Amino acid sequence: MNKGWGTAFALFLAAAVAEASAGSWRDDFASVVLLRDYNTRLVIISTALLGVAGGLAGSFLLLRKRSLMGDALSHATLPGIVLAFIVAVHFTGAGRSFAVLVTGAAVTGILGCVVVLLIRGLTRVKDDAAMGIVLSVFYGAGVVLLSIVQHMPEAGTAGLESFLYGKTASMVLTDFYLVSGAAVVALFASLALFKEFRLLCFDEDYARSMGWPTHALDVLMLLLVTLVTVVGLQAVGVVLIIAFLIIPAASARMWTSRFGWMLAIAAGFGGASGWLGSGLSALTPGLPAGAVIVLTAAALFVMSLLAGPDRGIVARTVRAHLLKRRIERQHLLRGIYEVLEEDGPAPQMAGEGTSMVTWEALECKRSWTPGELRRIVRRAYRRGLVETMGRAGVRLTDAGAREAARVTRNHRLWEIYLVEYADIAPSHVDRDADAVEHILGADLIRRLEATLTRAERPAADGVPASPHPIR
Amino acid sequence: MEWYVFDTWIVAVGALCAAACALAGSFLVLRRMSMMGDAISHAVLPGLAVAFLLTGSRTSVAMFVGAAVTGVLTAVFTQWVSRLGNVERGASMGIVFTTLFALGLLLITRGAEKVELDPGCVLFGAIELTPLDVVADWTVFGVLLEIPRAFVVLGAVFLLNLAVIVLLFKELRISAFDPALATTLGVHAGFMHYLLMTLVAVTTVAAFEAVGSILVIAMLIVPPATAHLLTDRLGMMVVLSVVMGVLCAAGGHAAAVYLPALTGHEAVSTSGMMAVTAGVLFAAAAVFAPRHGILARSRRSLH
Repeated sequence: MNKGWGTAFALFLAAAVAEASAGSWRDDFASVVLLRDYNTRLVIISTALLGVAGGLAGSFLLLRKRSLMGDALSHATLPGIVLAFIVAVHFTGAGRSFAVLVTGAAVTGILGCVVVLLIRGLTRVKDDAAMGIVLSVFYGAGVVLLSIVQHMPEAGTAGLESFLYGKTASMVLTDFYLVSGAAVVALFASLALFKEFRLLCFDEDYARSMGWPTHALDVLMLLLVTLVTVVGLQAVGVVLIIAFLIIPAASARMWTSRFGWMLAIAAGFGGASGWLGSGLSALTPGLPAGAVIVLTAAALFVMSLLAGPDRGIVARTVRAHLLKRRIERQHLLRGIYEVLEEDGPAPQMAGEGTSMVTWEALECKRSWTPGELRRIVRRAYRRGLVETMGRAGVRLTDAGAREAARVTRNHRLWEIYLVEYADIAPSHVDRDADAVEHILGADLIRRLEATLTRAERPAADGVPASPHPIR
Repeated sequence: MEWYVFDTWIVAVGALCAAACALAGSFLVLRRMSMMGDAISHAVLPGLAVAFLLTGSRTSVAMFVGAAVTGVLTAVFTQWVSRLGNVERGASMGIVFTTLFALGLLLITRGAEKVELDPGCVLFGAIELTPLDVVADWTVFGVLLEIPRAFVVLGAVFLLNLAVIVLLFKELRISAFDPALATTLGVHAGFMHYLLMTLVAVTTVAAFEAVGSILVIAMLIVPPATAHLLTDRLGMMVVLSVVMGVLCAAGGHAAAVYLPALTGHEAVSTSGMMAVTAGVLFAAAAVFAPRHGILARSRRSLH
């Protein structure tokens, strides 16, 4: 991500906060969002922290193409919760101990992760089916256990399911401690194992061949996800925790391709959705906090999908458009160059008395319609590369001649390379070279020059002769 | 514990549900979209809410249409997000279904406060209660048959899935394995994708309204994945997964009724037990499958 976008985003946030500080409803909003309101402070901070932790852990899942692991994992906790309840009732008489339930959830959650990894590693069943199997079978086992508990005389099971649905608006101090603990662990693990996790996310095979303990790292990563899921489950519910593990990370991916930035942005988006979402729901009685938070995160995702500078729709469309323009321009220049080359042994490419190329000759070079060609020429003219001679034809300016020579040279260097090293027939190299000539970097060109010392040394402008007849 | 006619109906309903799901699920598993059933079962909430707000009634037809439309939309949105944003399929599924679920929750709490639509009830089915809702009494050879509504609904869904898959088997097969080749051969791969998604949505919605969503999610994935371990041929895989599904239904209900009775407990949840049975069958196939099982694989690698 470049600095401009970061600054713009910061300015936008500042403006939004300033805007929010005026007016009476806005006063309420500001006092809630800016944590001046005691009742909502705890909930807002907790959900924001959970968002941060979810964003971090979710980034790893997204890059490992396992986003739905949070889904599988959170359903796999049900049998653990119920088993823990049964065990606790048998031994202590009181099953509602919070610590016991969380431990049970974590145990079957981890077991679920391990089973997914085992199925993936040992059979030909793919990731998605493995997650689905674990989700449904574990959850089914949970439902069975739940129906046993309902027949138990010590019942008092009401609310055991609600463990899965969370209680966002009524979080207590314990939740706050747990959630902040999880966030600190997630942050610490991401920083401490930054290099290891990055390598695992982008090139697992390389990591293994370098001797990294990839299995251990993988399990560690999933432990982190389990921690966030289990802590989040009882605090905010199953759907919100799934959303926290997927949406901020996917949003962040729109903004950057760099691992560090992605983690930071995902954590930021997660935190912001928790903060704004629970603030909004606190202001309007009856709005379920979890739903508002998910929708806030989704709104941020839509914004990123449109405006993200790396993968956003606008950025990608603009980039594709610019590339198309450049390709057209370079084709035009090479076309002119090749026509001039055919015309005579020593064409006057530039300067006084520059040779002219007719429109018809150019149209024949590529499948341009007259209208298309005119538009391309007009754009090249605006850049000072060509001059039009009315209906007669087109000629290169000095700058255009230099660019045309460079483009043609790149094309032919690549062609010669393909003929000599990739053993491709001279009659077939034109199309292949066409596809790459626009993206050959300066460095690659230098290496081509060094490699192709045998290439026939060309005319004065350094352009080698074409290895194939030009049509 | 005795076995009543009641129990036979439960097994019959479960078997039909499992068979209908297995037919659609085989293609989902091959297309690596197994989690679609889970996604749809969460995502239909806004459809239910909107159907209620528009018609003001809780009749099952309106609810069914609302849910089925949202189910198809889930597939469409998933496709859009993953194409427009270059987002991995699983992630875009997750984004879409959590957002739709949140939207549904919001609609229910704001607009339809009087509806008893508990988001929790969507997840817990009641296959045990299906024989109570009878649509027709037939007397066949002097035996009174009280046909449950769920049996009729799921039978219709099963026949629909069967018809589509038999008629379009070649097209579905080729677009599942090689969409590009399908397109060059003149099969509209995109159409096949959405047709399959429509089948999945209709099956999921019809089935979880009848028997609960956990059973649906399990039957969409586990029997086809089990069959995939046992055979390399698609036709065989579809047949085997239907057989597996029926086995899960019968075995699951028997286990739910008889196993707890051994220790003197009350019967446990049938849908949960069916899912667990499916899991056990999968585990057995994973270990003992003749070609793709863990044992066969390790024996081959020893040689």
